[in-house]
Order: sequence, then C-alpha cells, then structure tokens
Amino acid sequence: MSIDLKTIKHISKLSRISVEEKRAEKLAGDLNSIFDFIEKLNELKTDNVEPLTSVAETTLKLRPDEVKSKNIREQIVKNSPQDNEDYFVVPKVIE
Amino acid sequence: MSDITKQSLTELVENIKNKKLSSTEVTKAFIERSKKSKELNAYITDDFTSALDKAKKFDQKPNLDLKLPGIPMAVKDLFCTKDVKTTAGSKILNNFIPTYESTVTQNIWNEGAILLGKLNCDEFAMGSSNETSFFGNVQNPIDKNLVPGGSSGGSASAVAGQLTPITIGTDTGGSIRQPASFTGIVGLKPTYGSCSRYGIVAFASSLDQAGPMAQNVKDCALLQEVISTYDTKDSTSIDFKRNQYSKELTKNIKGKKIGIPKEYRIDGMPKEIEDLWQKGVQYIKDCGAETVDISLPHTSYALPTYYIVAPAEASSNLARYDGVKYGFRAKGENLIDMYEKTRSEGFGAEVQRRIMIGTYVLSSGYYDAYYLKAQKVRKLIKNDFDDAYKKVDAILTPSTPSSAFKIGEKTDDPVSMYLNDIFTVPVNLAGLPGISIPAGHDSKGYPLGLQIIGKAFDEQNILNIAFAMEEKINFKNKVTDWWIK
Repeated sequence: MSIDLKTIKHISKLSRISVEEKRAEKLAGDLNSIFDFIEKLNELKTDNVEPLTSVAETTLKLRPDEVKSKNIREQIVKNSPQDNEDYFVVPKVIE
Repeated sequence: MSDITKQSLTELVENIKNKKLSSTEVTKAFIERSKKSKELNAYITDDFTSALDKAKKFDQKPNLDLKLPGIPMAVKDLFCTKDVKTTAGSKILNNFIPTYESTVTQNIWNEGAILLGKLNCDEFAMGSSNETSFFGNVQNPIDKNLVPGGSSGGSASAVAGQLTPITIGTDTGGSIRQPASFTGIVGLKPTYGSCSRYGIVAFASSLDQAGPMAQNVKDCALLQEVISTYDTKDSTSIDFKRNQYSKELTKNIKGKKIGIPKEYRIDGMPKEIEDLWQKGVQYIKDCGAETVDISLPHTSYALPTYYIVAPAEASSNLARYDGVKYGFRAKGENLIDMYEKTRSEGFGAEVQRRIMIGTYVLSSGYYDAYYLKAQKVRKLIKNDFDDAYKKVDAILTPSTPSSAFKIGEKTDDPVSMYLNDIFTVPVNLAGLPGISIPAGHDSKGYPLGLQIIGKAFDEQNILNIAFAMEEKINFKNKVTDWWIK
C-alpha cells in the first residue's frame, strides 16, 4: 500500500481541504506510515464475521413526529460568519 | 479555612452542607489558585466573574439537598455551554458561542455546581498529549515540560493541580484514562450509552463517552451518579437502571474474579509497568478477590481497527465545519475554494490527517478493504471480552505503556503517539466501562496508573474494585506547585 501525491490530491478534494504541494509530501509520508500500521488487520480472516456497527445493543426508539424547538431562527444563525439575519450567506454560486 | 483547594470533592460537599464553608469561599479559593496557575495553560476560557456571582447567589438561598451544592467546577472545552465560548481546542470554533447546553453539563448544574471555565484539550479530542490544541500545550503539574496526556489534558492538569475540585472529560480511545494516569488522578470512562452525548462536540460517535476525572474514587463515583442519565436527545443513550454509585460504593470485593489478560504484556513494555501490574495483582489478592489468567487474543488488532473506525466517523462528523453555519471562515474565490481554504486554515495538522484517513477508508473502492474490515475485527475484539466475562467479573491491566513523556517528544511520529492508547482503545471499541487509578510512581517520580475494565453497565463493580484497591495502594501524588511563583 502506498499513497502517492496523486492520491493525496484526490483525498484532499474529497475532504475539501486544500493541501499545498510542499505539505503534500509530508502528508503522504505520514499517511503511509499510518496505513502500514493498519495493514496488520489483513493477517485476520474475517469472511464469516458480522461487522459491528454499534456496541449499544438496543433498537432505536420511535417518538412522535413533533416540533419541539420553535422560533429559534435567531439562535441558528447567531454563530454564522455571514448572514442577513434570515439566511446564511455564501460566496456567489450561480453566475 | 485554609487549604480549601486541597480538599476532595466529598470533603467540600460535606463542609458546604455543614455550613463550615460557603460556596463563595470555595469558589474564590479555586479562582485564586487558577489565576496563579496560568503557566499550566489548563484553561482556554475562564468564567470567573460569573462563577463568583453564581456562588453568591447560591449562598443567599442555599439548597443543601443537592449533590453538588455550590461546588465550582471547570469542564473540558468539548462540552457545549450556553453563552460560554466552546472551542473544542480548535481555531475553527474559536468564536463559537453555543445557544444550548450539553445534557451532561446541565445535569451537573442541576445538582448545584457552578461553571468555573472551559479546559484545554487536544483539537477535537484528537491527540494523546494535548499538543494538538490550537490554544497551546498544557503543562503537567507533576513536572515542567511534561505532557499531561490527552485529549483531556487540561482537565487532568486542572484536577491534579487543584484548579478545580473535579472535572469531566471525554474518552474516545483513552482520552480520560491516559491523562488521568499521566497526572496521578482517577478517570472513569463509562459504558457506551451511559452518559448522553447531546451537546458534546462529536469526534467518533460510536466511541465517544463523557466521564468524571477526580482526585479519588469516591468523588469519581459521586460525579458519575450525577452525569449518567437516560436522554432522549441522544439516540444511543441507553435506558438502564443506574446505581447511586457513591452511596452504594463498598470496599468489599471478596470472591470477585479479576482477569489478567496475557496479551497486554507487550514487547518493549518498561519493567516498571510490568512490576506495577504485578503489584496490582497482589493488591487484588490482599482485598480478598482472586485473579484469573485470561486471553483477549485480538488485543494487538485494536489500535489498527481504531485508526480506521475513529477517523472514518470523524471525517463524517467534521464535514459540518464548512465556514457557513458557524465558526471560522476563510476568504475564497468561490464556494468550493472557500470550503477548502476554511478547512485547511481552520483545522490543525492532526485533525486534517485524520479527516483524510477517514475520507480515504470510506471512499469508493476502499470501503470494504478498510472500513468494513475494521468493523469485522471490532466484532472479534468485542467477542474476546464477551468470552472473558464468562469467567471473570472484571479485568486488570496497566493504563498506559509508559509514564508521561516530555512535550515535543512524540510529535513528529503519529504512530508512536498512537501507541499510547494501546491498553485503553480496546475498551472503547467494545463499549465497556474502564477506570484508571493512580497506583505507583516510576523511577523519575512520575505517576503510573492501573486500569480496571468492567462488563457493560457494571460501573458499580469497577468503582468498588477501584475503591478497595485505592486504600491498599495509598497513593500520594507528588505535586510540588512548581508553576506557582
């Protein structure tokens, strides 16, 4: 397993984190050493093992579909970097 | 009364209830000591003015039936506190002021406690030394330039340094137990589903749990009793019968069977840790319990599993930080450019690394090879514990493979940093409760901890074992106040 600069570019795009060229090489090195460490799992045969998705052995409870928080628009936009009080504002998307 | 800050939580509660101390006196004492302790860098945000007001208000009409009457308390900065800045140790949340309160902290305030401030931690709880925090390193009260462990490093430092009588941390792979071990205090990670995750900044949702960090086992049991509640706001909160942990605490553990897992005897483990573990076995026997050799065969696969599962969940949880809804925003030429620059400038190196690992293992073509594989191995790890618990009531291991290390010693090599959590991570993967108690010192005088792992929902049992062992160990923390001028 080897993560090259092309893969770094791909993951960087998927995770929406810009990575400058000079940082990419160090990052590839770090990720490779982490993945070398993770490779150990391949020693195990797991064909007939059920994946564990949650340790909480409980079924999700149903609840009535009711609105519990009303009139909190102000609270929702309160921490936004840019808003016009009613909406979040983002850079122009449609030309 | 002098030496207020040296008192345990239990003593303070008693003294306030008996009116020997007022909440104002206690709160003032911890504020003064916290102000003299800036060099520890344990706080990110203090709330001292407001704390003193609340203490005065409490004293005017004290409700002494509460479990934490007028007790000041600082908490990890991963818990959302209404109207008080909550950063998760990250630049990206440096200006975030929650409009709501986490369930766990609300439970604490409902019992009469008062917020002192928010404690430093690794960024988004990702780290084992508190060195990934945007707000800088935290010093360990044990020695200068020593890490306090992480991610709840500020919390550990604040309790060991007596800046707060007790605190809460969070533990995803060891973030309560490892720093507790490094600073000579007690730290409990409860069973998954015991404490609500509502209002805690999410890291890895299937692993995260809040828990107490305290000077002794009794204090720890009392706070656990307060914070553990069933909560409909967290869909994984579990509705089970919770004990009155501090009231039901007993040192009688006669006849209990404690497992000693041979796989925790890892290559290269310092002799001091092995010796400590053997001493632990002796303490167990002295308490009238017996030890049983057991095997947890998949132990060595726990860390690699964790470093797939946790980053995968983190990459999904941290997708919300996009510079739109809250937090830091960088300038960009267009929307995508803004996202990418916000996340590149807003997250630190370790967080970016983990998001990228997580994104990769979940990406098309790799999901089965990594993420699904890890979930299957996670099942094998949980099966190991299930099998062991057919024979034993609890398991005893060292908390960490070494004592605290120097600041900067492990920052260049992520894998060597990850190895710190080798004994704590399996417990999170299996969703079990685990407690670290201080059990001795190494040759440098640094504290070492032992971990007791319980069955799911069996917090009372491991607290009892810890309580019994604590008396035999009779640990004295070597805190010299070196940082106070």
